[in-house]
Amino acid sequence: MSAERLLTSSLRELAAALSEGRTRAEALADAALERAQSLQERLNAFITLTSEAARAAARAADERRRGGNVSLLSGIPLAHKDLFCTRGVRTTAASRMLAEFVPPYDAFVVERLAQAGAVSIGKTNLDEFAMGSANEHSHFGPCRNPWDTSRIAGGSSGGSAAAVAAGIVPVATGTDTGGSVRQPAAMCGVTGIKPSYGRVSRYGIIAYASSLDQAGVIARSAEDCALALTAIEGFDPRDSTSLDRPAEDHAAALAATDGRLDGLRLGLPREFFAVEGLDADVRRAVEAAARTYESLGARLVDVSLPRAELAIPAYYVIAPAEASSNLARYDGVRYGYRAPDYADLDDMYRKTRAQGFGDEVKRRILVGTYVLSHGYYDAYYLQAQKLRRLIAEDYRQAFDSCDLILAPTAPTTAWRLGEKDQDPVQEYLQDIYTIGANLAGLPALSHPCGFDAAGLPIGCQLIGPYLAETRLLLAAHAFQEKTDWHRQLPPL
Amino acid sequence: MNRTDWETVIGLEIHAQLTTRSKIFSGASTAFGAEPNRQACAIDVALPGTLPVLNRGAVERAIRLGLAIEAEIAERSVFARKNYFYPDLPKGYQISQYELPVVKNGTLTIQVGEGESAYEKTVRITRAHLEEDAGKSLHEDFHGMTGIDLNRAGTPLLEIVSEPDMRSAEEAVAYARALHTLVRWIGVCDGNMQEGSFRIDANVSVRPKGETRLGTRREIKNLNSFRFLQQAIDYEVRWQIETLEEGGTVQQATVLFDPERGETRVMRTKEDAHDYRYFPDPDLLPLVIDRAWIEEIRANLPELPQALRRRLVDEHGLTRYDANLLTASKELADYYLAAVAAAGQAIAKPCANWILGELAAKLNRAELDIGESPVRPEHIAALVQRVHDGTISHAGAKKVFEALWTGEGTDVDAIIEAQGLKQVSDESALEALVDAAIAGNPKSVEEFRAGKEKALNALVGQVMKASRGAANPQRVTELLRRKLTA
Amino acid sequence: MPAIDLDRIAELARIELTPDSAAAFRADLERVLALVDRLQAVDTTGVAPMSHPLDLPQRLREDAVTEPDQRDALLALAPAAENGLYLVPKVIE
Repeated sequence: MSAERLLTSSLRELAAALSEGRTRAEALADAALERAQSLQERLNAFITLTSEAARAAARAADERRRGGNVSLLSGIPLAHKDLFCTRGVRTTAASRMLAEFVPPYDAFVVERLAQAGAVSIGKTNLDEFAMGSANEHSHFGPCRNPWDTSRIAGGSSGGSAAAVAAGIVPVATGTDTGGSVRQPAAMCGVTGIKPSYGRVSRYGIIAYASSLDQAGVIARSAEDCALALTAIEGFDPRDSTSLDRPAEDHAAALAATDGRLDGLRLGLPREFFAVEGLDADVRRAVEAAARTYESLGARLVDVSLPRAELAIPAYYVIAPAEASSNLARYDGVRYGYRAPDYADLDDMYRKTRAQGFGDEVKRRILVGTYVLSHGYYDAYYLQAQKLRRLIAEDYRQAFDSCDLILAPTAPTTAWRLGEKDQDPVQEYLQDIYTIGANLAGLPALSHPCGFDAAGLPIGCQLIGPYLAETRLLLAAHAFQEKTDWHRQLPPL
Repeated sequence: MNRTDWETVIGLEIHAQLTTRSKIFSGASTAFGAEPNRQACAIDVALPGTLPVLNRGAVERAIRLGLAIEAEIAERSVFARKNYFYPDLPKGYQISQYELPVVKNGTLTIQVGEGESAYEKTVRITRAHLEEDAGKSLHEDFHGMTGIDLNRAGTPLLEIVSEPDMRSAEEAVAYARALHTLVRWIGVCDGNMQEGSFRIDANVSVRPKGETRLGTRREIKNLNSFRFLQQAIDYEVRWQIETLEEGGTVQQATVLFDPERGETRVMRTKEDAHDYRYFPDPDLLPLVIDRAWIEEIRANLPELPQALRRRLVDEHGLTRYDANLLTASKELADYYLAAVAAAGQAIAKPCANWILGELAAKLNRAELDIGESPVRPEHIAALVQRVHDGTISHAGAKKVFEALWTGEGTDVDAIIEAQGLKQVSDESALEALVDAAIAGNPKSVEEFRAGKEKALNALVGQVMKASRGAANPQRVTELLRRKLTA
Repeated sequence: MPAIDLDRIAELARIELTPDSAAAFRADLERVLALVDRLQAVDTTGVAPMSHPLDLPQRLREDAVTEPDQRDALLALAPAAENGLYLVPKVIE
C-alpha cells in the first residue's frame, strides 16, 4: 500500500489490508517513516524517529500475523508524544533537562499499544514538559501546523496532532492536562479524546500536574480514537489513581448504532458562546455543527456554567503548584542535565535548573512556588481548589439537563508562530474551553467541524459526564458519518 | 537578684522505621546493610513517570501503634508533599502527612525512677503520621564530592509526636524507653538504634517555675541513644538557663548534639527555616481506614506492657519492680508467661525469681538475648515445680539449672535422676535415720526438750549428713519434732 | 497585590535568575498573578477544597518486595557516580 493510501485510510481499512495480505506491517512502517522524514524539516513533528526499532517491531508483527490471531492494531504504525517513557529510546519531554534521558521502562500506554502489536515509529514534539498551548516551547524547536507551516500546531501535543494530520501515522498518543490533546487536534483538523481522569494509567508519563494529567489519543476519526482508546484503558496497579475497571470496547458500541442520536440532549453553555475572544468563524462553525447534531436527532439545550471564566485562574494556580513540586526532581543528581560549572551544591541546583529548563517551564515553576509559599497558600492554592469544586459542581449541574456539552475547543484557529509568545497570559486565555474538563476530571473530545476564512481547521468539543467516553465517541462518530470535515487533507 | 527556679519542658518527636519488607511507596526491599543503591528502585530514585503506591503493611503498623497508645485512628488521612531540595531527597519533596495524620490523641503511661521515689506519669501523644525516610549522604571524600546512597529512601517511618509533657531529662528518657519497648512489643519497629530504626528529636525549653506560657524551644535533632538523649537535654537545659540568667535570650533553633564534646550546636535558626510548601500529594488519594480493619487489628494485638504489668502485680503477686523488669521486652514477658503457664500461677513468683535472678545473670554474662537462652521456659517451670513439691532442694535446683544451661541435660527429671538430686521425703525411709540421730545425740535431744529450739538444727544436720544430703530437710524437721514432742 | 519577592521564590525553586531575566520574569509573574487574582473576588465560604478529581480512597499495595536490584542501569543515567554512589558537590552538614 502506498503512503498516499495510508494517509486516508481508517484503522479498520488498514487492518483489513493487513489481514488480507494487501500490505505488510513493515511496508506501513517504511511508508510512515519515509513520510515523517520527508516532512520533518517543514513540520518538526518528531523529536526522535526510531527507524530500526520500528522496522524490527513491524517484522515481528508480520511474523505474528503468519502465526494466526492478531489484534486489530497489530502492525499499525503510530507515534508517541515524547512525554511517554519508552524503554531504550530517549524520552526528552522536549526539554534540555532530559535531552539525553533514556528510561529503563515503558509507560503503561506504550506497553499496552506494543502488546496490541502497534508499531511505534518515534517520539513526537511537544511543549516542554507539556506546558504550553502552541508547541512553541520546545527545546527542539516549534512544531508547525500542516495546514499552514507559518502557524502553530497547537499544544502541548502538537507533534502528535501534526503527525496524524499530515498523514504520517493514523494514530498518535497525547496527554491532556488543560487541553493538550483536544486543542492541537482542533488546530490541526483531527480528532482527539481525553478520557476521564483515572481511565488510563499515568505510569511512565512524565508528570506535569498530576491531578489533571490524563493520556489520550489523536486520530483521524472518532472511530479510530475509539479503537486506540480501548487499547490503552484498564487498571494499572502502578498508578494509585488508576480506576479498577476493565477497558470498554467503544468501537463495538459505535459499530452497533444506526448513526442516529435521537433523544440525545446536547447542552450549549451560554457563557462559552459569550466569551469575548471567540472568533466569529469559530462560532459560526461550532453553531453549524450543533445544527448538524440536531439533524441527527439530538436536542439542543441551553445550559449554564456560571464559573466558566474562573477555570483559567483556578487552573493557572493548581497546575503550576503541582508542577513546581513535580519538577523538583530535576536537580542534576540522578539523571538528566547537570550544569558544567558551579561553586557548590546549591549553585549546582540553581544553574542546572536555570540552564536545563526553558522560560515557560521556569515561569510555571516560579508561579507554582509562589502560590504554595508561606502566606499565599490560602489565598491562591486553597482558594483555587475551592473554585475547582464549584466548577466541577457547575458541570455536574449542567449534566442534570443535558447528556453532553457542546462547545468550541478553542476560541480561535491556529495563530502565527511567535504571535502570542510575548505575553504568557495571552496563551493561557486560549485554554478557556478545555481546562474545565481537566479540573473536573471529565472526558472530552474534539473533532473537526469546519474551516475559517484562512482555510484553517476548527474544532468542536464534546464534554461528557464522568466515564461517558462511549457516549462522546458515539456522538462524534455519528457526526463524522454525516460530514466529511475530518476527511479533509492539508495541502502539503 | 533572686535566683529563679526553672522548669524544664520537653516534647519528643520520634521517628520509628517500620518493619515492612518493602518500602512505603515502592516494592524495593527495606533490608538493612545492602550495598549502596542496590535497594533503590526507579520509584525511589524518582525517575520521571514513576508513581507512589501505598504499602498496606505500613498502614497496618500505624494502626497497631495507634491502638496501643489508645489513640484515635483517623477514618480519613491525607498524604502531603513537603518540598525542599537536598541530595538525599530524590523527588525534591518528602511524602508525609501534615494536616490530617493517621493517628491522633494517644497517651503512654510511663514509670519514672526506681524505689521509693518512683512515680507514674501519663504523656500525651499529639499525633503519629506516616512518611518516607530519606537516603543517606556519605561524607567521606570522593575527590571533593559527597556520595549519595538511596537505599534508605522510601523506608516507611512513623513519626510519633508527644505533647511537651515531660519535665526532666529523666522523664524524657523514661518516655522514649517506654515507647521503644512498645514499638518492639507490638512488632511495628525493630528498635535498632545503631541502625537508625528509632531516632529521637527533643524539643527543649525552660521557663520560670509557675509560668504557664512555654519558653522558646530549641530542637535537638537525631539522637540515636538514650544516653545521648539524657546528655543532650542536660546540656541544653543548663545552657538555656545560663543564657537566660545572664540576661540573654534563647532563639528558636534546630541544634545537633555532639557526643564527643557533650555539647549542642546550632544547625539552623528560625530565620533560615524552610518554607516547605506543604500541599496534598496529587499522586495519592486520601487514606481511608474502615472500622472492620481496625477491629481486626485490635483483636490481634498482644496484651500491652502496661496491662500486663498490672496483671503481674495484682494476679501473680509480683512486686511492681519485678513486673517492670519482666515487661522490658515482649520476648522476656513471653518467656515468663510461658514458664508460668507451664508451672501454674500459684508458683509464679519463684518463676520470676529464677528468670530475673539466675537466668538473667547467665544471659548477661554470655551476652545472649532471652530468645537465645538454652534454658527454655518449660525448664524453668519444671525446676520450680520440683522445688515446690519437695523433690529437690534449692541447692539441687541450682545444679539442675547448671546442667540445663550447659546442655548436659534437657529434661529436668532426667537430670535430677542422673545426678541423684532427689530428696528423700518418704517418712518410712527417713524414720530409721531420724531414730538413729535421736539415739546417737542424747545431749541435743535433752537441750531441745529443755526448750532450746536451736538444738533441733543440730539433729536435722545429723540426719542430712547421714542421708548424704538427700533427705528433705523440711520433712526431717517435721518428723524430729513429732517424735521428740510425742 | 503585594510586591513579589522574586529572589526568595527563585531561591525556593532553586532557579538562578540573571539580572536581565529577573526583570522579564518579574513582569511575566505579575501578569500571571494579575490573572489568577480574579479568584480572590469569589466568595468560597463553606466550600471544601477539591484537591483531586477522584473521590475515591487510596488503594493499598500488599507488602511484598517486587523490585529487583537495578543499580547498574539506574546509576548509568547519573551525571556523576562512583562506587555505587551518586556524586554531588560536597554537602556541608
